[in-house]
Amino acid sequence: MTPTIVRPPATAVSVPTRTRNVKRDRTSKSEERAGLAMLAPAVILLALFIFVPAILAFGLAFTNARLISPYPATFVGFNNFARLLTDPTFFRALLNVGYFALVVVPMQAGLALVMAILINKQVKGTTFFRTVYFLPVVTSMVVVSLLWLFMYRQDGLINVILDRVTFGLVTGPDWLNDTSTSMPAIILMSVWQGVGFHMIIWLSGLQTIPADLYEAADLDGVSRWQRFRYITWPGLSATRSLILVTITIQALSLFTQISVMTQGGPLNSTTTVVYEAVESGFAQQETGYASAISLVFFIIVLLISVAQRFLSREKI
Amino acid sequence: MRHAKKRLVVASVLVTGLVAALTGCASGPTGGSDGNNGELTIWTHNGGNTAELAAVQAVVDGYNGSQDETTVKLQAFPQASYNDSVVAAAAASKLPCIVDIDGPNVPNWAWAKYLTPLDLSVDLSENLPSTLGIWNGETYSVGHYDVALAMFARKSVLADAGIRVATIDQPWTQEEFSDALKTLKATGNWKNPLDIGTGDVGEWYPYAFSPLLQSFGGDLIDRGEYQSADGVLNGPEALAWAEWMQSLATNDYIATKSGADPALDFQNNVTAIQYGGSWAATNNTEAIGDDLAVMPSIDLGEGSKVGGGSWQWGVTTGCANPEAAMDYLSYSLSPENIAAISVATATIPATDAAAALVPGFEEGGNLAIFREFSAKSAVLRPETPAYPFIATEFTKATQDIINGGDPQQTLEAAVKAIDANIKSNGGYTQK
Repeated sequence: MTPTIVRPPATAVSVPTRTRNVKRDRTSKSEERAGLAMLAPAVILLALFIFVPAILAFGLAFTNARLISPYPATFVGFNNFARLLTDPTFFRALLNVGYFALVVVPMQAGLALVMAILINKQVKGTTFFRTVYFLPVVTSMVVVSLLWLFMYRQDGLINVILDRVTFGLVTGPDWLNDTSTSMPAIILMSVWQGVGFHMIIWLSGLQTIPADLYEAADLDGVSRWQRFRYITWPGLSATRSLILVTITIQALSLFTQISVMTQGGPLNSTTTVVYEAVESGFAQQETGYASAISLVFFIIVLLISVAQRFLSREKI
Repeated sequence: MRHAKKRLVVASVLVTGLVAALTGCASGPTGGSDGNNGELTIWTHNGGNTAELAAVQAVVDGYNGSQDETTVKLQAFPQASYNDSVVAAAAASKLPCIVDIDGPNVPNWAWAKYLTPLDLSVDLSENLPSTLGIWNGETYSVGHYDVALAMFARKSVLADAGIRVATIDQPWTQEEFSDALKTLKATGNWKNPLDIGTGDVGEWYPYAFSPLLQSFGGDLIDRGEYQSADGVLNGPEALAWAEWMQSLATNDYIATKSGADPALDFQNNVTAIQYGGSWAATNNTEAIGDDLAVMPSIDLGEGSKVGGGSWQWGVTTGCANPEAAMDYLSYSLSPENIAAISVATATIPATDAAAALVPGFEEGGNLAIFREFSAKSAVLRPETPAYPFIATEFTKATQDIINGGDPQQTLEAAVKAIDANIKSNGGYTQK
């Protein structure tokens, strides 16, 4: 049996007659109104809570605005940006975020794909595993961070297991308090927390691939690898670019784990751009400077996601 | 994709957007409405501290019962979000009549015109100087209590190791202290014999560690003009302090990140000496009893120093009836009220008259030593509107130094940031 893909016939463009045209204008106008009315709440909320604050923040980046001050903010031109360029902590934050994203994006996407393929089988118990893998995702990141904070301690669960399994040969480091292990430790727990979410997205992608393609492949006697390479992988192209972009943006805006677990330390080894922005904006009360950090961050993320979109676009 | 973009915008911009919304307070809050119609509101940070909240509530109830003109209402906030709430209220011109403030933040809020100078019917000269918030020659706040720092140890442990118990007249010197730590460490009984609370990031760092810096002869800022930290936070004395702090960590005398509850660790003999706040004294005494030695902080050259200034009360510019607010504050400062609050918080009562009423703080009591520490060696954190910024820089620098950062470079970076901040705010002068 060869699979036949039924494609809809190309629709002929019908030329409407004049009388029909008038009627359609009327209905389309009222439809338009209804459409706008339905759109309005979302648009107003978006504008009020996202676009207006965003524009305000961009404006504030060029002022010396402060959280607490008896004086109005004054325009200072590019002062904040000049300061940003000479701030070694900011570059360290960029470096950390880059490192985090470079490791997390392939690791989380790959692991999620493997898990999705494993549980995409119609065998008993898959629902159980899906639920288990998805549990960390529905748990608040703050809670997850607190739990891992305890597990990563010098005398925490992870080091105790290391000690027992190796019969006392390996003494684990003080994970979060050591410049060489703090970032890897955060990467590990972040992937653990986020992988279930992307597994579900991969899974939905896998289920859009028609089963008859696989049946045909079986008849042709392809190997497992060929099956994956020539059917599964191309079938996931749309899902792939979605996952790539979401994980990248998530990774670049790393904040919660840092704020709960390390506060950027030790020695700036885990500080991130968003963490720096929040610190400057709230703890140090420098609203203008924090806005400048946000603006630069926004541009960087925008460029990266545009580049990703461009590279992963569907080539015709 | 759209969802992702939304997330991006939310993550990177909403934060500053919120800040933007909060900065409408540029010209300072004026013409509030609280205090009208014989009602007056107090905001306090101690929502999480039931004992302190109950004590303050009792004072409020007492005041409401004592006269008919004004009804005072108490509103408690969790400490973590308290400052943000006040800032937001100021931005919206909705400040309550009375707020409580952490001592070192008083100049910042006075400068921002949140607070109005006090005009009370009680004599504030009776108060410990560290319980008054003074800036630009005006008194903006007054506290019911103060806190102090001390070294706690077991007398038996010190005796076994041949270490003398330090006294107010003769605190440990730097040399004595390092010998003591060496001896304690050598016994092998403690992984880190000393606990200075390195795990408690936040106001603890400047509160506990800047007195050590001052004992070396350095400071957070030049207190002449309050315009620069150059020469004091990066001078030879400050460098000596930084190297000493770092040596505590490199010799494993302290943990670079101490446990969640240093007092509990000390009571369980996980550490031998605890450098902690006076508020831990009551608990430590209960756990250890007569074996507990309460000693002054170390003399690192310029004498033993302790931090001063805890939570205090101020009247805001948003109050429609400041006279009523002042009247309440005056009432709340009676010796009985001060004593009741100080008992509830296990802190040092602000006046001698109140101290006589608090068990342990009376003349010759076992806690009276803290009043002596406070009166004799309290150094206030710099009284400048720049303080909140200085505090974050100092905290970060100290953390970096403890974690092995280069002392001189770290201090230079902090000085640079502090000076830049003061300059960008026009020196924090009142125009």
